[in-house]
Amino acid sequence: MFSYCTDPSTLEGLSWLSCYLTTGKHVNLYISVFVVLTLLAITAPVALLFGFGAASAARSKFLPLRWFGKGYTSIVRGVPDIAFFLFFVIALDQAFEWMRHKVKCPDWDQPIRQGIDFVVCDAAKLPLSTSPQWVHETYGFFLAVLTFSIVFGAFAANVLYGAMRAVPRAQIETAEAYGMTHRQAFWRILVPQMWVYALPGLSNLWMVLIKSTPLLFLLGVEDIVYWARELGGTKTARFTDYPHPNWHVWYFAALLVFYLCFTKVSEVVLDRIMTRLTKGQATAAGEAQRKAAA
Amino acid sequence: MSCVETIQAYAFRSLGFGERLLPRGEYTLCEHFTLIGSGLIWNVYFGALALMTGFFLAVALAVGKSSPNPLWRKPAEWFIFVFRGSPLFIQFFFAYACFLSLKGVSSFFDPFTSAWLGALVVLFCNTAAYSGEIFYGALLSIPKGDIEAADAYGMTGWNRFRRITFPTMLRLAWPAYTNEAIFLFHATTLVFFSGFPAWRQQGDALYYASYFADKTFNPFVPYPILAFYFILLTLVIISLFGFVNRRLNRHLPQERRAKPRLRISLIR
Repeated sequence: MFSYCTDPSTLEGLSWLSCYLTTGKHVNLYISVFVVLTLLAITAPVALLFGFGAASAARSKFLPLRWFGKGYTSIVRGVPDIAFFLFFVIALDQAFEWMRHKVKCPDWDQPIRQGIDFVVCDAAKLPLSTSPQWVHETYGFFLAVLTFSIVFGAFAANVLYGAMRAVPRAQIETAEAYGMTHRQAFWRILVPQMWVYALPGLSNLWMVLIKSTPLLFLLGVEDIVYWARELGGTKTARFTDYPHPNWHVWYFAALLVFYLCFTKVSEVVLDRIMTRLTKGQATAAGEAQRKAAA
Repeated sequence: MSCVETIQAYAFRSLGFGERLLPRGEYTLCEHFTLIGSGLIWNVYFGALALMTGFFLAVALAVGKSSPNPLWRKPAEWFIFVFRGSPLFIQFFFAYACFLSLKGVSSFFDPFTSAWLGALVVLFCNTAAYSGEIFYGALLSIPKGDIEAADAYGMTGWNRFRRITFPTMLRLAWPAYTNEAIFLFHATTLVFFSGFPAWRQQGDALYYASYFADKTFNPFVPYPILAFYFILLTLVIISLFGFVNRRLNRHLPQERRAKPRLRISLIR
């Protein structure tokens, strides 16, 4: 990185550290922070969308749809979530390959599950074995995002379902009195009002989402945990210009601090949003705000 | 091998008793059930012990956090913030790395690098922090009248805490604490994925489930079995805690009793 880094063995103290922290592998570590942020940026809206769909399904008048919505929202109870993460990554991958297999190789006559092997024709492999490395990585990341969205969608559905029920019944009755249909009342009255009830639950969910990002490592993505493990291990002088003993402690301490700062900042920001949203609302918090101002 | 033989060979495999070699080749449903169930012993061990020991630290943290003296309040606040604000997964990694380097300093830290103690310490601190926050919230919502009544009877200090504050706090916090207990048991599945080695492949339920999934490349059998076991475990916890809840609330009129509701709060 810097011009004086050409011969690291001559360096001491801070200049050594500045060179060490800007090696190619460390840059990978910094890039992986953006991987985490990208995951959060994509997962949050997608999970919210899933959650909204499931919450509306759970309120549906059509029984099978209601069963689907309720079943989906209750998968999160009773079972450890990391089991879901590990399950969905493989299951989704196999589901995609199976569908492509059915479409692309209709005349394939062997069974797909042969004993302990999962065999699909070459054209159905995802990603294709000929595709470059970055496609494989992107596909892995895409699977991880989808998995996160499915699991967190169930949580968001729980929150939104509760929020929809928290909107005072009188509001819907008024809408009906004005002759609105079920659908109109839902979109014009219920949905705009539910957010203030949903926000505490959603902000809690956001914190939980942040804290679950290290699990990307378990899903096979090269995230910050991966790089911290990689870089913190003992390095001998034979393989690197920057030999050091086992520094895992320092790397994981840095990750710990990173996450603490991240959650703290989120907390402050979410508090601000909540204060703004409750302004003028007919809830206890809104009332308290009004009294404090007066 | 018949199913009974499989159970005899593998029921305590996770503790190191019975057959040492894991089954090979085609796996039967019986082997799935037995090994994953055997791993569940570890989950129960971690969850139960962390919960029981963590309870005392949690009460201390809650009392500390509500203390007017900053000498007590600040450490409790920081402890809760650090353990609630960072992912459990990273805490495991960090603790393992810490114990590994401490091992070089003194042989006292040798057992800490194995999961049975090291991971237990992390889970203990973690659950203490989460429950501490729950108890703190309950302390704040103790009805003013209860405290005033205690004052009127001339109760102060330890006497008031033991007879009024503590039981009411416990009663108010219990539904949320039940939830915390359930998610603590779920969190125990992270242990063997976070640096702590599964010595001789003696792991927990998720460790064996993912072992099967890796070997057979078929996630549709082991994970539902794991889910089945955990739903069972959750039901047991709910009924145990429900029993305590009824006892804590036995002096209240029927309709004022708080029912535990499963609320969300997943990965730490």
